[in-house]
Amino acid sequence: MSKTLNLVLHIWRQKNRDSRGGFVRYEISDVSEHSSFLEMLDQLNEQLIARGEEPVAFDHDCREGICGACGMVINGEPHGPQKLTTTCQLHMRKFKSGDELYLEPFRAQAFPVIRDLIVDRAPLDRIVQAGGFIGARTGSAPDANSILVPKENADRAMDAAACIGCGACVAACPNASAMLFTAAKAGHLNLLPQGQPERTARVLNMVSQMDSEGFGHCTNHFECMEACPKGIDVDFIAKLNRDYLRANVESREVNSSDNSAG
Amino acid sequence: MKKALSFLETTIGKKVVMALSGLVLFGFVIAHMLGNLQVLMGPEVFNAYAIGMHSLPAPIFWGGRAVILIAFVLHVTMALQLVTRTAAARPVPYTKKKNERTTYAALTMKMSGLTLLFFVLYHLAHFTFPGVAMGAYEHLGYTQVYSNFVNGFSIPWVTALYVAAMISLGFHLYHGSFSLFQTLGLVHPKRNHIIKGAAQIVALTVTTGNIILPLSVTFGLVS
Amino acid sequence: MELKSQAPTGPIETRWERHRFNMKLVNPANRRRHTVIVVGTGLAGGALAATLGEQGYNVKAFCYQDSPRRAHSIAAQGGINAAKNYQNDGDSVYRLFYDTVKGGDFRARESNVYRLAEVSVNIIDQCVAQGVPFAREYSGLLDNRSFGGAQVSRTFYARGQTGQQLLLGAYQALSKQIGRGQVQMFGRHEMLELIVIDGRARGIVARNMETGEIRAHLADVVALCTGGYGNVFFLSTNAKGCNVTATWRAHRKGALFANPCYTQIHPTCIPVSGTSQSKLTLMSESLRNDGRVWVPKNPADVTKSPDQIPESDRDYYLERLYPSFGNLVPRDIASRRAKDMCDEGRGVGPEVNGQRRGVYLDFKDAIQRMGKKAVEEKYGNLFEMYERIAGEDPYKVPMRIYPAVHYTMGGLWVDYNLMSTIGGLFVGGEANFSDHGANRLGASALMQGLADGYFILPYTIANYLAQTPRNTADEGHPAVREALDAVRTRTEKFLSIRGKRSPDSFHRELGQLMWEKCGMARTKQGLEEALAKIPAIREEFWNNLNVLGGASELNVSLEKAGRVADFLELGELMCRDALVREESCGGHFREEHQTPEGEAQRDDENFSHVSAWEFTGTNSAPILHKEQLEFEYVKPTQRSYK
Repeated sequence: MSKTLNLVLHIWRQKNRDSRGGFVRYEISDVSEHSSFLEMLDQLNEQLIARGEEPVAFDHDCREGICGACGMVINGEPHGPQKLTTTCQLHMRKFKSGDELYLEPFRAQAFPVIRDLIVDRAPLDRIVQAGGFIGARTGSAPDANSILVPKENADRAMDAAACIGCGACVAACPNASAMLFTAAKAGHLNLLPQGQPERTARVLNMVSQMDSEGFGHCTNHFECMEACPKGIDVDFIAKLNRDYLRANVESREVNSSDNSAG
Repeated sequence: MKKALSFLETTIGKKVVMALSGLVLFGFVIAHMLGNLQVLMGPEVFNAYAIGMHSLPAPIFWGGRAVILIAFVLHVTMALQLVTRTAAARPVPYTKKKNERTTYAALTMKMSGLTLLFFVLYHLAHFTFPGVAMGAYEHLGYTQVYSNFVNGFSIPWVTALYVAAMISLGFHLYHGSFSLFQTLGLVHPKRNHIIKGAAQIVALTVTTGNIILPLSVTFGLVS
Repeated sequence: MELKSQAPTGPIETRWERHRFNMKLVNPANRRRHTVIVVGTGLAGGALAATLGEQGYNVKAFCYQDSPRRAHSIAAQGGINAAKNYQNDGDSVYRLFYDTVKGGDFRARESNVYRLAEVSVNIIDQCVAQGVPFAREYSGLLDNRSFGGAQVSRTFYARGQTGQQLLLGAYQALSKQIGRGQVQMFGRHEMLELIVIDGRARGIVARNMETGEIRAHLADVVALCTGGYGNVFFLSTNAKGCNVTATWRAHRKGALFANPCYTQIHPTCIPVSGTSQSKLTLMSESLRNDGRVWVPKNPADVTKSPDQIPESDRDYYLERLYPSFGNLVPRDIASRRAKDMCDEGRGVGPEVNGQRRGVYLDFKDAIQRMGKKAVEEKYGNLFEMYERIAGEDPYKVPMRIYPAVHYTMGGLWVDYNLMSTIGGLFVGGEANFSDHGANRLGASALMQGLADGYFILPYTIANYLAQTPRNTADEGHPAVREALDAVRTRTEKFLSIRGKRSPDSFHRELGQLMWEKCGMARTKQGLEEALAKIPAIREEFWNNLNVLGGASELNVSLEKAGRVADFLELGELMCRDALVREESCGGHFREEHQTPEGEAQRDDENFSHVSAWEFTGTNSAPILHKEQLEFEYVKPTQRSYK
């Protein structure tokens, strides 16, 4: 027979974007240690529905740590106390019976709360829309093996591409900065030969979009890396800074040659 | 497609300016410390050093001061712009927030920066443009810097203030010098621990060197 | 109704090419006059929306997640097949075609499968050009592995996150089009009704899941790329949000639903740990390349710690039963044998509802042979994932695995153009029934999703648009108003019942019934029992459901209720289909129809057809239509993996 836990939860409840939120205290008992954190919330929600209270809304989908939908701040830590683990993969065996947990949404100006623990992370999508892509028209690609990519670069690109876009980096950052997210996407594409032609525009546009969304700036606390469920390294932030400087130099060259031509 | 923000409109651009101006100030702080440590070598050497500095050709002397002043102004301006911007980035604070990775130095950058801003103003008033009542002493001009130095640090609370400010400087330099590499993208996974270690050593050296100065008066090494 | 597959005839190698030539084109200048709705933004939908946007069509894309990057394609781990023959090991388009038809147990349409194999090579080119960081060799060339029982190495992969990387590739291409304004993206929107005007699909009714606003969106053509219906079982490896609503609503409007009973059970999932379990987690099948599957020989040993069971007391049953394929037998076989072992009382792991449902997947030998470091390099992330969920270290204790519902081969019936029986309603990816027959091979789902989205639907949709008048109806059209009213009425109904039970409790009840009666092994008696019970559950659902909150707000219970309501109808159709198909094939195993060795026994004489069901009403029997399957190239044989 597996162990069970009794917990006290303080959960942020907020009806919609415009309403004021606040914490509500709940008690829950008989939570299996093998339950995931979200299954514990499912269990709470079933109890709430049974007594006529609206269930707690939280984002989740794949529940296997890859879609990036879930995420909340559990006792001050985005995705909770276990490293390299999304909220959905966090299991109750990491907690003790009697624990008192505060569940808050990711907090940032750029991530308004939609309801309870759900926030709007559309700014991250817009950063990608600004330049986080390689414009390869469908059907026009050369044979895949005609593009050689050194294994080290491919591996490093994959390290960055592992980002799941959950926003925990923003949530963890004392400045609510989205540098790690932006750096991961730009870094992934900038490391590959296929990404070179658009590199300058990509970096300029992504950084510009990131700053227009109202995220804070990076002051190298590296809390983002600590919170990142995929362990994305802050070296990618340094790389973004470097690429951004380089892009500015290169775009000036391009612009001045455009002027002389025109 | 929207037009991209210009270099100085972005947070990275502003941070690059901070990093470069910080580098200038960092160089100045080290030179300043090395110059002033000559006080330990006696009045002749120290006074001669001051006189030597002032007899540098005007373009170098004033040019140098101008560079430092510009770096200082840029550093402070960018800092204010970034800090006010980021203050708005999280309007609702966390009820609980655990920081796990950051350092005291990183978290107190704003405070140490502000402390240094006021300290520099005071320090200039204290030694370069004397006339502030606090810690007032008889300023004998740059030819007599040794006496000015001894007189200037003869009041215990002034010494205490300097020591406190230098500790702030140490923290500021530690996080600042390490951040500089990150901001300019000069890091490499294999070198990062070296950078971090070097930043610690340099910060500690500068703090110690600068604290020795007022304390040398307190403990009678310089009189 | 006669089902016309529209599949070309003649030499199979040139069917798609000839078909493409015969299709009509839309002049580039005219494309902006057309609006296409794409529902779902996974591999198929994301790739389709991106490609159509790029070509200049106005696209409206919908997904229920907050961002198109979260579609469940993202969770596929192992890889994507392509007949590149980069390993020079004898692969070819024809071999991939052959393997897929055979793997599907001869229940797929040859023309479609050949085309899938043919465009598979373009997919890899496309994805590499987009920057998908596939695994590489030190030479800089692409790496491949053998996967899911294939005897050639044709699987391309990106660590254990191939689905994620392919989806992000499509998402990035889509994002570019969203940034250009060519695709209008509707995140947190759920399609709740199809709008059919004069026999053609002309739009959808969608609910904004944040504000509750219900709106009609009109277009010239609608493409559903909304994934499978595995969540009918409640516990599956699907994402929690995966649902059948989009395709079921279309089915109710006249689109035939094909082969609903073909569900795939994946053999390597983490076993159920308790009664509060909300979903099952799959671990890549690649684990079977190096892990060895066993159970104790003696049922008395099941409670022993595995390291206390000596080699001589272990039964490596797959190696014993299938000496040549061993642990790499196809999914359906590996799954059923695991069930057999547990049914014999030799299952391991914790007891849940009185049963031990798990078998060991042991890496001890692999660690000895390759070294721990090599194992870690190959499977490190999977081992970590296992440890996070099961709380045990697989380097020390063998993993426990058990089959779980993973993929549904059935879906809306489509012709060779991937158009359903409703004109202008196209269906791509897992949502259609087309390419995998009764069983899908590993690493083929990603291939099909991207084939449909990048390389097939853009052609066939253009062909349709070129021959069809544009939509002229507006929101005042009676069909639009009727669809809107239907959605509003249904929403109000959910909110007005105010009974005692949550949507989840009904879903669990249905899921358990489906798993027991229409899961890995099915019997006539079991299916008949299920068919008797499901209407009763449905009846209670509509009288005792409790959905709190309102319609004009983010309401998770309301969303859930709509999905469960549709699953309650689909489940019945699945059982009916499974009952009528008096044979075993691929993922559909009827205990009455097995060989003496316990393998699936097909009945090609009577069941070499697609069963496509026509909806006639919630409580009236659907009508079965059959599309006969012809096998000109790959002659049906009994699958043998001995």
